[in-house]
Amino acid sequence: MTERKPFRFRGIGLRTRESLYGYGFVFLWIIGFVVFTMVPLVQTFFFSLNQVTVTATGIDLRPVQWDNYSRALVTDPTFVGLLIEYVIETLVSVPIAIIFSLIIALFLNLNFKFKGFFRTIFFLPVVITSGPVIQELTAQGATSVPGVANMGAITEFLSTLPSYLSNPVEYLLTSFILILWFSGVQILIYLSSLQKIDKSVYEAASIDGASAWESFWKITLPSLSTTTIINAAYTIITLSHFSENKVIKYIYSQTYAVQGGIGYSSAMSFLYFFVLLLLLAVTFLVLSPRREQRR
Amino acid sequence: MESNPMVKKPDLTTIKTFLLGGRSSYGMVFTVLLYMLLLAIGFVYLYPLLFMFVTSLKSPTDLLNPMVQWVPTSVYLGNYEKALRVLDYSTTLVSSILVSVLPSLITAAVCSLVGYGLARYRFTGKNILFGLILATFIIPAQNTVIPQMLMYKDLGLLGNILALILPAMFGQGYRSAIFILIFYQTFLSFPKVLEEAARLDGASDLRIFFQVALPAAAPAFIISIIFSTVWYWNETYLTVIFLEGGIQTLPMQLAKFTQAYENLYPPGMVNIFDRLNEAVKLAGTFLNILPLLVMYFLLQKWFVESVDRSGITGE
Repeated sequence: MTERKPFRFRGIGLRTRESLYGYGFVFLWIIGFVVFTMVPLVQTFFFSLNQVTVTATGIDLRPVQWDNYSRALVTDPTFVGLLIEYVIETLVSVPIAIIFSLIIALFLNLNFKFKGFFRTIFFLPVVITSGPVIQELTAQGATSVPGVANMGAITEFLSTLPSYLSNPVEYLLTSFILILWFSGVQILIYLSSLQKIDKSVYEAASIDGASAWESFWKITLPSLSTTTIINAAYTIITLSHFSENKVIKYIYSQTYAVQGGIGYSSAMSFLYFFVLLLLLAVTFLVLSPRREQRR
Repeated sequence: MESNPMVKKPDLTTIKTFLLGGRSSYGMVFTVLLYMLLLAIGFVYLYPLLFMFVTSLKSPTDLLNPMVQWVPTSVYLGNYEKALRVLDYSTTLVSSILVSVLPSLITAAVCSLVGYGLARYRFTGKNILFGLILATFIIPAQNTVIPQMLMYKDLGLLGNILALILPAMFGQGYRSAIFILIFYQTFLSFPKVLEEAARLDGASDLRIFFQVALPAAAPAFIISIIFSTVWYWNETYLTVIFLEGGIQTLPMQLAKFTQAYENLYPPGMVNIFDRLNEAVKLAGTFLNILPLLVMYFLLQKWFVESVDRSGITGE
């Protein structure tokens, strides 16, 4: 039986046969995408254009066009503020997460004693960063830089700054460890790219008289540029999907609020999604031209 | 911080060449600096955990005593006794394990299929498919969650673990895109020779997948299952929406710890030492991550070596 199978398909051409099998393997995913992602996404967008009321029999829709969107952007006193805060916090966190994961990856790529011990520590956060855990730790003040955030001089200094400057700094001080904790997977990604760089390039460079400092900037960093874009995108997406994210919490609370409702929260979800895409696009634009120059 | 170890080296010519690729010594100055930095960063990483663990062992009197910072006067396990009761530990632990392990097993199985299809077959629309897979990773959960919830409500699946299993069965589990890419990279890196030999011997495509490709992809499976389990365990947004009222997981119970505590120990009824304090809360938090810590230390070689074993990069 099995022997004849490949030949039976010869009639329709090898290429078509290959395509059919390929579709066969991804078939489940395509159905899943339509049912669990695409249709709900379109439906959520449809909700966002309606006033949605949940009744005993089902849901009641009343078309309101773009009212939900204008309400979120113009009337709602909290949403835009939270959104701006989210953008600033993300823009502060991403470079820190990137730089730290790069430094740690560079360290872990070296050979030294107790490497396994340090590796264990640096990957530990991957395991424990869940919303409620982080929430408890933040509430008890365990995520700020030990001792720094509570120092009198610093709070004094912050109060002299305008709020658009002091807020990000304060965020940085109180959530520094959190940002580091979100860098576990990024360290892994950097490490794997570091290990892919051809060792002979470094040897050739050092024969030509390049110092390790020079070869870091001229060889290591340029070869990591794609990885950096991936890591930046990963960081932004993880931070934006994190269940303790203030915008997400606000949208969630509005879903069940009398004043809000499904329609309104759907509109906010799409605005949030749009901002997330914008952030990703900006990151991509900022990080990719540098690659062109260095190469 | 970054520049320190690098700046040091130009004046120590012997270690110059070894900084980024060598395997002999880095020189005394650099080594000391390296360990100091590693210890500093390591401490910052562990600080919340240490803080949590130490605080959770403090008795109410220790908490109020400003002299007691890092070493409690005695090891007090009362917080854990309370937290175990409040979390309803044995029940929530079992359901947490179920809720994270089952979907992740299914996710790994389905993602291996999809990854294999993408890595081994040429068909039109493959790039679109990659784009869509990436999109599933980017689209925030709240943009799809309400229609999904309404659908499960119609099917009577709210509060049922099937609400998490069903999407996983169709490759739409939590962060499935990453696992698809892991399997894609893994299968792409295998030589095709074995599979072609099997095909010449007359094996069907499915049989080649199961008997030739899958066994070789065992590391990718282990990595996917581990990461997926951890992520499902820690995921609370979807679990709260889909499972609330049915299965209670540990993080869900932790999220409403205060409320559950006050149900068990009503604030007006108990004496001041049994009121909810941060030590009990942190004991609860620690119990929450304890199973993950155990898993991490048992399987840590898979976490940290996953780099070498599969192309975890999403290039």
